[in-house]
Amino acid sequence: MLQQTIRQQLLAIVGSDFYKDDPQSLVTHSYDGTPMLQALPDGVIYPANTEQVSAIMKVLNTHRIPVIGRGSGTNLCGGTVPVEGGIVMVMHRMNRILEVDLENLVAVVQPGMITKAFIAHVESLGLFYPPDPSSMAISTIGGNIAECSGGLRGLKYGTTKDYVLGLEAVLASGEIIRTGGKLMKDVAGYDLTKLLVGSEGTLAIITEATLKLVPPPKFKKTMLAMYKDLYGAARTVSKIIENRIIPSTLEFLDNATVRVVDDFAKLGLPLDMEAILLIEQDGEPEMVERDIARIEEICRSEQAHSVSVAESAEEALKLLTARRSAFTALARLRPTTILEDATVPRSKIAEMVLEINRIAQKHQVTICTFGHAGDGNLHPTATTDARDQEEIHRVEAAFEEIFEAAIRLGGTITGEHGVGLVKSPYLEWKVGPAGIEVMKAVKQAFDPHQLLNPGKIFAKQSRKRVVLQHG
Amino acid sequence: MRCGFCLPACPTFRETGIEAESPRGRIALMKAVTDGLMLPDQSFEEQMSHCLGCRACEPACPADVKYGQLIEQTREAIEEHTDSHRWWVKPLRQVVFKQLFPHQKRVRLLGGAMQLYQQSGLRKLARSSGVMKLLPAHLGEMEKVLPDASSKGIVQKIGSHHPAKGMKIATVGMFRGCLMDMLFTETNIKTVELLTEAGFEVIIPDTQACCGALHAHSGETEDARLLARRNIAAFQAAGVDYIVSNAGGCGAILTEYDHLLHEDEQWREGAVWLAKRVVDISDLLIRSGKLAAAQAKEQPIRITYQDSCHLRNVMRSADAPRKLLREVSGAEYVEMFEADRCCGSAGTYNIVQPELAAGLLEHKMEHANATKAHYLLTSNPGCLLQMKLGVAKHGDGQMQVQHIVDFLHERLVHNSPETGQEQP
Ligand SMILES: Cc1cc2nc3c(=O)[nH]c(=O)nc-3n(C[C@H](O)[C@H](O)[C@H](O)COP(=O)(O)OP(=O)(O)OC[C@H]3O[C@@H](n4cnc5c(N)ncnc54)[C@H](O)[C@@H]3O)c2cc1C
Ligand code: SF4
Ligand code: SF4
Repeated sequence: MLQQTIRQQLLAIVGSDFYKDDPQSLVTHSYDGTPMLQALPDGVIYPANTEQVSAIMKVLNTHRIPVIGRGSGTNLCGGTVPVEGGIVMVMHRMNRILEVDLENLVAVVQPGMITKAFIAHVESLGLFYPPDPSSMAISTIGGNIAECSGGLRGLKYGTTKDYVLGLEAVLASGEIIRTGGKLMKDVAGYDLTKLLVGSEGTLAIITEATLKLVPPPKFKKTMLAMYKDLYGAARTVSKIIENRIIPSTLEFLDNATVRVVDDFAKLGLPLDMEAILLIEQDGEPEMVERDIARIEEICRSEQAHSVSVAESAEEALKLLTARRSAFTALARLRPTTILEDATVPRSKIAEMVLEINRIAQKHQVTICTFGHAGDGNLHPTATTDARDQEEIHRVEAAFEEIFEAAIRLGGTITGEHGVGLVKSPYLEWKVGPAGIEVMKAVKQAFDPHQLLNPGKIFAKQSRKRVVLQHG
Repeated sequence: MRCGFCLPACPTFRETGIEAESPRGRIALMKAVTDGLMLPDQSFEEQMSHCLGCRACEPACPADVKYGQLIEQTREAIEEHTDSHRWWVKPLRQVVFKQLFPHQKRVRLLGGAMQLYQQSGLRKLARSSGVMKLLPAHLGEMEKVLPDASSKGIVQKIGSHHPAKGMKIATVGMFRGCLMDMLFTETNIKTVELLTEAGFEVIIPDTQACCGALHAHSGETEDARLLARRNIAAFQAAGVDYIVSNAGGCGAILTEYDHLLHEDEQWREGAVWLAKRVVDISDLLIRSGKLAAAQAKEQPIRITYQDSCHLRNVMRSADAPRKLLREVSGAEYVEMFEADRCCGSAGTYNIVQPELAAGLLEHKMEHANATKAHYLLTSNPGCLLQMKLGVAKHGDGQMQVQHIVDFLHERLVHNSPETGQEQP
């Protein structure tokens, strides 16, 4: 617990309902979506506006108390676990759409806005905000920005970073900065907007975002291609791109994933397929028809067992929703589910899938793979049991090799979930020692006392996962 | 798993936005208590009782976490240890759980007493004398919407055995419920009539007991098990193909008897037998497909439907009632926004957690009023009363609340030509 005087100052800013340090509040802010990690904060605070955030930061800065920004705690990298204690700042109360500017096609929103609610509102106005992480029903815009989340539409439409035009943020000192704005072009100095996107709460607390909206696609079609041979499916992905077709969605699910997803969503998928591709194209009707026909040809040339196009919008939505539940549905298999997001250039998908399978076999662990194949972003997912320490070590060894393989193939350790705590030991593999030094210098400039989400991104040593509790 | 997919489905999280008021939060708290990270103190107990038990978190969870079982076990553990209930909760529980619901006869006696109270000048006296004001406000409000109770249950009124009309499809045992049988005897009778009309032979074993839902949800698990055994015996003796329920809350626990008795070697099989046969009245009517299309007798009317949480989330029946209602000609079915969200009634919730329940009800009524429906239909006595309370407090005076059975009965049985019972 914090010293009385500091508590009093925080209480004075937000009122007694919005600063909490009872055991319940601490326990329920000691975890996020990541398995096996838990650490108690000293308090939880719910600011109502930017001024409060700034005032809170000033108090915390004076007393050198860490602060962990939190949306809905759905991240999978330990990003909101308060490993060094401090105050968890929950952004849920700042959840309004401040403006939808139909002349400039931008929206100004607060960070606690739930992504899906935002998307629904924008769509009701006939516009489109493409980033759609599978967690959008509960994740927040602020969390999406801090993690630079991607989704099923990333291949064609890009990820969160492509839609953030400007930000308002509060620095560790309590000072408020504004970056970018409603304008489409802006090269005045360093691009602080882009720097804050994906900064995982380590550089500033984001308090407002200006987001780009686009016109929605006129038409879309969804299809499923099933393969008895994994390699054929992976080859199809590379070949579609080679043929210069960019589908809006190109998802890959292996056999184990298909089984659990089908069990959850009751789709009646054939369970004897080694892999399934879920493909969607959108745009002008003629183009969509042409692309889908061409993709169908490619699937068949790669020995697809069957190819089918969704009959209706509901059927298509059902398929996409089922895919979005893949990760959690896998949790039905074993008590602990560890999901990573190793990413490779998309021409290397087939090789990477084979590597993952080889590594899983070598370490005798179960790893199911699915993911945004179209952008090379795979989710190798280990189903395991945290109570079995020995098995967990094998899982860790396997993931280490998977990250290594990804980098060897020209890829990266994380495509969308961020580095956080979990992948901090591997960051140097990707960016090199000089890269780490530059990043640390940037951090120093924003947050000289290391108060913002300490322990994240930069590893103290090449540390392994801390196992505090089974998930 | 802590993915958080269950958060948006949870009414108490939606109402408060606080992680501890969410399924994921409550599970974390339970875990923290079992891990010794936190004491099961009073605030923990309070949090556990904030949960509506609506089970909306279960269908939302892709990982198939059995939240209902977790909360019931937790509440059972709390019941065993607690002495911190607010002073009136414990005696109320004693009366409700131990004395009342296990004994159908006493429920009927109570029904009789209520009837006496309602029909004699006592009710008027109570209302005008201001005695009601002495009760907590929400109890007084509830009293106003209670229907006239009855000292005679369905078996006393119409007997136990009712042959099917026309070709018999199957034999069904009717679960009469306690609240249902006391406050809604007419609805029970109409349920039988709808069923026989649809081709089912109906048996109502008089030895059946309360379903035990209130007990199970409040941690009185042993009592729930006792009742379950009695019901299994009653329905097995009756030799029925289905057991039909017209109250989502009762139906849901009946389908979970297998879980309730899974450690009971003697009764395990019987529990599975019963659980497999339980079906909601709407589902059975849809399955039979034999009812002539219903007709609205008034001017074209507009109808809407409030899900019973347990019917929807545990019995997983959301389509059947809607299908039936859509078939009523002359009536326009409008879906209410968030009809799938708990109305705040949830067993004894509106008695024990008045503030949260009131908030939930207020939102519910905004959506109900927005449908501009003439009839708001429900599938569970608790929801029915709660919606009546809602209409009384926040309604525009136009809307009637009815059990779906009463609504359909009026339009099906009485309009179907072969019964010849045209409404006057
Ligand atoms: C089932 C499931 C599916 C998922 N699918 C995807 C997916 O398809 N694509 C994807 O990219 N991710 C996915 N994720 C990961 C996760 O949902 C995303 O990272 C999401 O953006 C996190 O949002 P959140 O609101 O929960 O943020 P949190 O988890 O609360 O926070 C994430 C990070 O953002 C920081 N932060 C939050 N708010 C602020 C703020 N206002 N200012 C500064 N920093 C802040 C936190 O400190 C933390 O570092 C998935 C997770 C789950 C559980
Ligand atoms: S209960 Fe289910 S939906 Fe909720 S956090 Fe856990 S796994 Fe996710
Ligand atoms: S049962 Fe209902 S109120 Fe309780 S946690 Fe689940 S969704 Fe929330």
